[in-house]
Amino acid sequence: MSQKTASPSGTDPIITMRKVEKHYETFHALRDINFDVRRGEVVAIIGPSGSGKSTLIRCINRLETISSGEIVVDGTKVEDGKSLALVRAEVGMVFQQFNLFPHMSVLRNVAIAPMRVRGIPKAEAESRARQLLERVGLSAHVDKYPDQLSGGQQQRVAIARALAMEPLVLLFDEPTSALDPEMVGEVLDVIQSLAATGVTMLVVTHEMGFARRVADRVVFMEAGQIIEQGAPNDLFDNPQTDRACAFLSAIMHSAG
Amino acid sequence: MDLITTFFNIDVLRQAAPLLLRGFWLTILLGATSLVISLSLGLLLVLIRLYSPKPLRWLAVAYIDIFRALPLLVLLILVYYALPFVGIRLSSFWAATAALSLVASAYMAETFRAGIEAVPRGQFEAAQTLGFSWPRMMADIILPQAMRLVVPPTTGVSIGLIKDTALASVVALPDLLKQATQTQAFYANPSPLVGAALLYLVLLLPLVRLVSILEARQKRSR
Repeated sequence: MSQKTASPSGTDPIITMRKVEKHYETFHALRDINFDVRRGEVVAIIGPSGSGKSTLIRCINRLETISSGEIVVDGTKVEDGKSLALVRAEVGMVFQQFNLFPHMSVLRNVAIAPMRVRGIPKAEAESRARQLLERVGLSAHVDKYPDQLSGGQQQRVAIARALAMEPLVLLFDEPTSALDPEMVGEVLDVIQSLAATGVTMLVVTHEMGFARRVADRVVFMEAGQIIEQGAPNDLFDNPQTDRACAFLSAIMHSAG
Repeated sequence: MDLITTFFNIDVLRQAAPLLLRGFWLTILLGATSLVISLSLGLLLVLIRLYSPKPLRWLAVAYIDIFRALPLLVLLILVYYALPFVGIRLSSFWAATAALSLVASAYMAETFRAGIEAVPRGQFEAAQTLGFSWPRMMADIILPQAMRLVVPPTTGVSIGLIKDTALASVVALPDLLKQATQTQAFYANPSPLVGAALLYLVLLLPLVRLVSILEARQKRSR
């Protein structure tokens, strides 16, 4: 995968969304989304619930189909057909609810996709899985099952599972929203350490401190539209739109 | 005539035993064959029912509905006595196997569907985002979870199937019930019928108990 050696600061987009619209029955979930992500960029997507943040990243690996427009990931158009599995193998995803495979050990959760999707031999996949689990601080738990782990530990396994496919892009869909407060930190630390490795990341999050610390760019969404985006300090300290202003001040108040 | 010599006549039972055991073996063979066929066919049906293009899907729905609605005895008699008119002549064993498998596979398919639909959507999504192909996703991620959920109801359907093998005596298959009714007629004593009933219990009581244990275990692990 020569693409991965491309410099993280390169400016060529790895994800391109053009005029993307998404309708559910009567609900207009995404409106005219035009959005590029550069290779190695870390983008945080914030906004009120129901604003289309999750829908946006779920369209990138086609967990949601789009009504019109175009999405291109690393030169491949995202559409049904043979190319879709390729795109999905290059785009990792971490879910709010972890979605670990409950009938498999932690080690197998991480090793199974490289074995089944990439055809990597079991011994090699498992040794790589051990390395990844060590990296997320779970060496002691490789033989346990997901229901024996805390939420924070499960989410770190889920991150290791996504990394095992060596994705070009990682999508995080509110990765800490289902966690008890004391476990949020350990998961954010792991995500932050990944940001330094140069993998492209899109993170839908309600953790504003984290977004400010880790993101290269923050995108604010409301009612299915991208309202405002910019460098974290600019957007958080000096929002240009009334709606971003209102959202941020509401967040700051509730955060006390 | 007292109760013992009428219903538990040891002499009659001893003489009838070889025939009853031969019938018992045939009942087990018929049950096992139909079970293997209906499990495989049921799995195929549910995959068509849930994941194939529309016309095929409708056919699977029609199959599942029809064979759950049709009385097994009526189907059995149709297969054995009506099919020969169009040149399809099945032995009583295979006629019974066909009828039992057609009906049981429809019930199996519905049972499996409940299991597959109980696997959370997130499991499908996690497998898809990792790049699993559809067959690999089903084989490695979805079906192992779905099948674990439906072990108790599937065992229940299997018990029903084994009980229904007794209907095969209608098409002259010398199964346990047929052997019992014939020896009962021969000795003019109902003890063989009681013996047959006991043999059915030997086969099925452990399975019935097993379902209860599995259900209790599943409830606990939730």
